[in-house]
Amino acid sequence: MIKRFLSLEWKSFIRSASFQANLAIKILMIFGALYFMVMFLALGAGSYYIIEKATESEPFQLINRFILYYFVCDLVFRFFLQKTPVMNIRPLLYINIKKDTIVNYTLGKSALSFFNIMHLFFFIPLAVVLLIEGFDVLGVITWLVGMIAMVLIINFLNILIDKKDAVFYAVVVIFAVLGALHYYDLFDATNYTVLFFKGLYDYVWMVIVPIATLILVYKIVHSFFKSNLYLDAGLSTTHDIAKTQNFEWLDQFGTLGTFLKNDIRLITRNKRAKSVIIMSVLFLFYGLLFGSGAIEVYDGPVWQVFGGIFVTGGFMFSFGQFVPSWDSSYYNLMMSQNIQYREYLSSKWWLMVIVTLIAAVCASFYLYFGWQSYLLILVTAVYNIGINAYIVLLAGAFTKTPIDLMSNKNAFGDKKAFNFKTLLLVIPQILVPLGLYYLGILFFDEVIGLGFIALAGILGFAFKSKVFNWIENIYKTQKYETIAAYKQKN
Amino acid sequence: MIQVKNLTKTYNGTTVLNITNLDIPKGQSFGLVGNNGAGKTTFFSLLLDLIQPSTGMITSNSIQISQSEKWKPFTSAFIDESFLIGYLTPEEYFYFIGELRGWNKADVDSFLVKYEDFFNGEILKNKKYLRDLSKGNSKKVGIVAALIGEPEVIILDEPFANLDPTTQIRLKKIIKELADDTNVTILVSSHDLQHTVEVSNRIVALQKGEVVLDLVPSSETLKELEAFFAA
Repeated sequence: MIKRFLSLEWKSFIRSASFQANLAIKILMIFGALYFMVMFLALGAGSYYIIEKATESEPFQLINRFILYYFVCDLVFRFFLQKTPVMNIRPLLYINIKKDTIVNYTLGKSALSFFNIMHLFFFIPLAVVLLIEGFDVLGVITWLVGMIAMVLIINFLNILIDKKDAVFYAVVVIFAVLGALHYYDLFDATNYTVLFFKGLYDYVWMVIVPIATLILVYKIVHSFFKSNLYLDAGLSTTHDIAKTQNFEWLDQFGTLGTFLKNDIRLITRNKRAKSVIIMSVLFLFYGLLFGSGAIEVYDGPVWQVFGGIFVTGGFMFSFGQFVPSWDSSYYNLMMSQNIQYREYLSSKWWLMVIVTLIAAVCASFYLYFGWQSYLLILVTAVYNIGINAYIVLLAGAFTKTPIDLMSNKNAFGDKKAFNFKTLLLVIPQILVPLGLYYLGILFFDEVIGLGFIALAGILGFAFKSKVFNWIENIYKTQKYETIAAYKQKN
Repeated sequence: MIQVKNLTKTYNGTTVLNITNLDIPKGQSFGLVGNNGAGKTTFFSLLLDLIQPSTGMITSNSIQISQSEKWKPFTSAFIDESFLIGYLTPEEYFYFIGELRGWNKADVDSFLVKYEDFFNGEILKNKKYLRDLSKGNSKKVGIVAALIGEPEVIILDEPFANLDPTTQIRLKKIIKELADDTNVTILVSSHDLQHTVEVSNRIVALQKGEVVLDLVPSSETLKELEAFFAA
């Protein structure tokens, strides 16, 4: 039986849409995976020494203290990105296979996912370093076993809380509060958790605790899964209660309003699209890393421009980049209904401009760091509106990945989204303003540097109708290819 | 209304559609029948400029479909679920289509009243998004949406499939009414010979991409078609 399952898995892997893609994308994917592995490897091997060098405290003690946050971040990451392989079960249900076998197979498969393997690249080198540093061999082994058990526990917990947003956000809020209390020295939860994590090393017998927990969690998930293995239970798709929203105040904008209405509904009613909002808000705070000394290299003046672009551009980059793809599931309608390409594109453009302006207003808290910081954000916002809004639309013309609106898990899974044309477009998006600013401060001063960026943005804005003609034509030439690409759902 | 000349569509050397000459006059109710892979959907996709012809051309109201977008204001279609916006409620979807075709909310509302029977109380005010509707119900939405805005050319691909018997009968009535309107050219494809015979005043059968029959329905037509497809 296992052999059959494995052969199914192998086929689904080899024949998946992303693997059928061309060689260049495959190479990029492999590079992406290697990048993560190397990062974790470096982190695992290096963190001990980095901590030893940078702080007074005992590195292993500190690692055990902060490992709590590591696992919380892991859970957050998984919640958004890791897929629970539920849907693949459907065709197995009425075949002569025991339900236990199906569940074990599904859960076992999830244990082997990249999200778990990744952590081995962190913990194993770290364990090796510990051994080199002369820590007790048996203790390190039980500690490592404990950590792997924790990773698996989180893996199964994530399956349990899948689709249960309330549970997830509750967990996130609890830990955010704990983190804040810790930061302000009010209450340090890690004082208690460190006892446990360090205990795995100090007291070998304690390894029973995570292993027993793992077994327990597995049993719970197993019975939960098994009892929900019906088309109208765990395998059903939940139906939201729909409410008709007419946004009549947008009617005054004519056709533009018609499209804006739909885009608002698109963003608010689809999981995948909602993540765009989260990204935009997160990027709003991205600038805090710059000039605050949080990360050393980010304090350079040119890097601050880099940060500035993302502060107001978060929405633009996360939404705009996939512009026609958001409409992929009903693209045939958009192409055959009474819609001119130009209206369609300009509604997307306006949406990005409006959100960028809102972000620019929201970012006014950067005034706290001085008017220069905020001026920089405003100037980069002008550049975002004047230049980057076009470029993301342009990139969209070549991004032919259909988006499954229902799923929020493939934000990084859109392999086809990485193609060379879109990659090339990063240069004018980010490097050009950095270059302009650099020229400005090289020959004049910072204000002139900012002036250069703003000027580029204003010029771009002035040529809007010319640029739109050009983009529209590109979209038209890509039309049939795009329709064909959107037909191939994963 | 619609002229087809030397139209072919070829994928990797296989010709899936080859129509030398086809004229669909204004006001006709045109029924297209054929087996799977006969080229019905390919033909409709070409009519909507969703795919490019390999050779030849289609003109609608003297506008060459693949060259200009001017056919869009008077043409509407429902081919498959890729014409539905899953995250909208049926009402929002109808208003959206209405707005695209120059109808305001009140126009759409008074239009929808006529289709209350057809909807059978399962569509409007049901607190469901289109993505959560059953196949039959989402088909009803798609068909009615294709009638919004007084289009002169209406293209419906397999409108009877997935509908329950009562709805099929009601749909036949709707299509017949449209067929009586001399301003509306309606193109319907189907696997179901009887339905097509009932609603059309011209029937064309496709086989392997070519027109093999072109009939005006009479009392003998159904038998003739059945004999043809049985062979």
